[in-house]
Amino acid sequence: MSDLQELYQEVILDHNRHPRNFHRLAGADRIANGDNPLCGDQISLYLKLSGNKLEDVSFEGTGCAISIASASLMTEAIRNKTCDEAKLLLEQFRKLVMGEEVAIANNLGKLAVFAGVSEFPVRVKCATLAWHTLNAALENRIAAPVTTE
Amino acid sequence: MKSYEVGQFATHAVKHRTLDVHKLREDFPILRQHINGKPLVYLDNAATSQKPKIVIERLRRFYAEQNANIHRGLYQLSEIATEAYERARVTVQQFIGAASSKEIIFTRGATEAINLVAQTFGRQRLSAGDEVLVTYLEHHSNIVPWQLLCEEKGAILRAVPINDAGELLLTDYERLLNQRTRMLAITHVSNALGTINPLKFIIELAKRQNIPVLVDGAQGVPHLPVNVSDLACDFYVFSGHKLFGPTGTGVLYGKADLLEGMPPYQGGGDMILSVSFEKTIFNHLPYKFEAGTPNIAGVIGLATAISYIEGIGLEQISAHEQELLTYATGRLGEIKGLRLIGTARDKAAVLSFTLAGIHPHDIGTVLDQEGIAIRAGHHCAQPIMQHFGIPASARASLAFYNTKEEVDALVAGLYKVITLFR
Ligand SMILES: Cc1ncc(COP(=O)(O)O)c(C=O)c1O
Repeated sequence: MSDLQELYQEVILDHNRHPRNFHRLAGADRIANGDNPLCGDQISLYLKLSGNKLEDVSFEGTGCAISIASASLMTEAIRNKTCDEAKLLLEQFRKLVMGEEVAIANNLGKLAVFAGVSEFPVRVKCATLAWHTLNAALENRIAAPVTTE
Repeated sequence: MKSYEVGQFATHAVKHRTLDVHKLREDFPILRQHINGKPLVYLDNAATSQKPKIVIERLRRFYAEQNANIHRGLYQLSEIATEAYERARVTVQQFIGAASSKEIIFTRGATEAINLVAQTFGRQRLSAGDEVLVTYLEHHSNIVPWQLLCEEKGAILRAVPINDAGELLLTDYERLLNQRTRMLAITHVSNALGTINPLKFIIELAKRQNIPVLVDGAQGVPHLPVNVSDLACDFYVFSGHKLFGPTGTGVLYGKADLLEGMPPYQGGGDMILSVSFEKTIFNHLPYKFEAGTPNIAGVIGLATAISYIEGIGLEQISAHEQELLTYATGRLGEIKGLRLIGTARDKAAVLSFTLAGIHPHDIGTVLDQEGIAIRAGHHCAQPIMQHFGIPASARASLAFYNTKEEVDALVAGLYKVITLFR
């Protein structure tokens, strides 16, 4: 497989074309916005917590295939996880795309498709945008309710 | 109020002998490179241009044989360096048609030159309620320095809007000029869209109301013959690195009487005649604005770059680039789902575009795998992106050393992008 096919795996292309959980979340109790000014990527992440558990997750935004697919796959991966589990995933995902720990792919299920990003250093930011936004949302102790129209 | 036919100011419809581009390409060592196993197709010239070996060699020779500080040594080496540096000033003066070499101030680049004018000339002139006029076509470096100054002074920053071709709305421009307008800062050529502004006309209108004009020529000088006396602008700035010269070099041209009246920008060595703790007497032009040791080698290399392109001829360069632009516009137009952003009638060889459903960043990555270097993003011109309602675009910006074959490579690369993402 060429580096390019390694980067743009079919799963990634599919999540870019049809992002999952792509909507604003009514009754969300955490929201964070992520920006990647270099490429103009912008996402908003919505979390609904039940105790320490991420009961529901969704996102909206615009961006490149890597950032949109990453956000989409992230929402699937963290739903029903605890906040601590989500943070652990974040750290493992970061190591994967930075190429720091290749074997970590085995723990990451579907997220392993992002392993190819490590060959494209300028794209690491795209892959981690959603995850940084998640971190901001988890750190944000003050509940920020979404207004529903 | 009059309205203006936007395309009536075409400045460069000159037909000349054609360039031997393949021969000229041999002057640029980097163009022989392969990236990802493919010949480099360098289409990011608006970001920075490549350097001919004559410039690279000039830098080497300066450091190997002539290196010394300028304006201070009493020894031969320093005289040689000073002489070369000052000769560079004359080269620049003649290149842009300035009346005197003391009107040429060397800076780190266009950005520093604009900041210099904003912080000295602008600061002197602006009071609360005054206005600075820029345009939607500006690079951030011709917006932010004015914005900072306006905030500080309680002044107002206004911008001339554009139409959907990316041309300034001249009727709006005329309406925006008023008694409170203290400065017009306008780009010669848009880095994001390629639009060439009808400067002569624009400057003439501003001059009728005695409004000083700064022209950002960062994208002008590499592509068009420029004569500041003919333009009758007060300031003209550009960057050496976009003009096939070294990074960290730039030029501020300013009319002598204005420069004389401006306070210094930075304090330090070289810009003074005498210093005591009671009083410092500033040096004459242009040294008043060149505090500290400048980029000596860079400036000398810039003069070499200028002589090099003068040897080719800017009329020829412009004609070749126009031919490439016409060709590239046609070829890109064949691609379904491609939207050209910026279709001004008077346009430099910049092709900004989007592909339906594919983010510019993904276009950039796929093209890079083909050895093709383009820019993807907002090109430091977010107001333009906002006008077109897009967060980013892909941009191919051409120079005289680009060829139709390279345009073909771009088009083939874009079909690969489309195949991958559809
Ligand atoms: C139109 C324009 N103005 C100003 C600049 C700033 O030039 P520099 O970064 O070399 O100071 C650029 C460079 O991108 C430009 O394209």
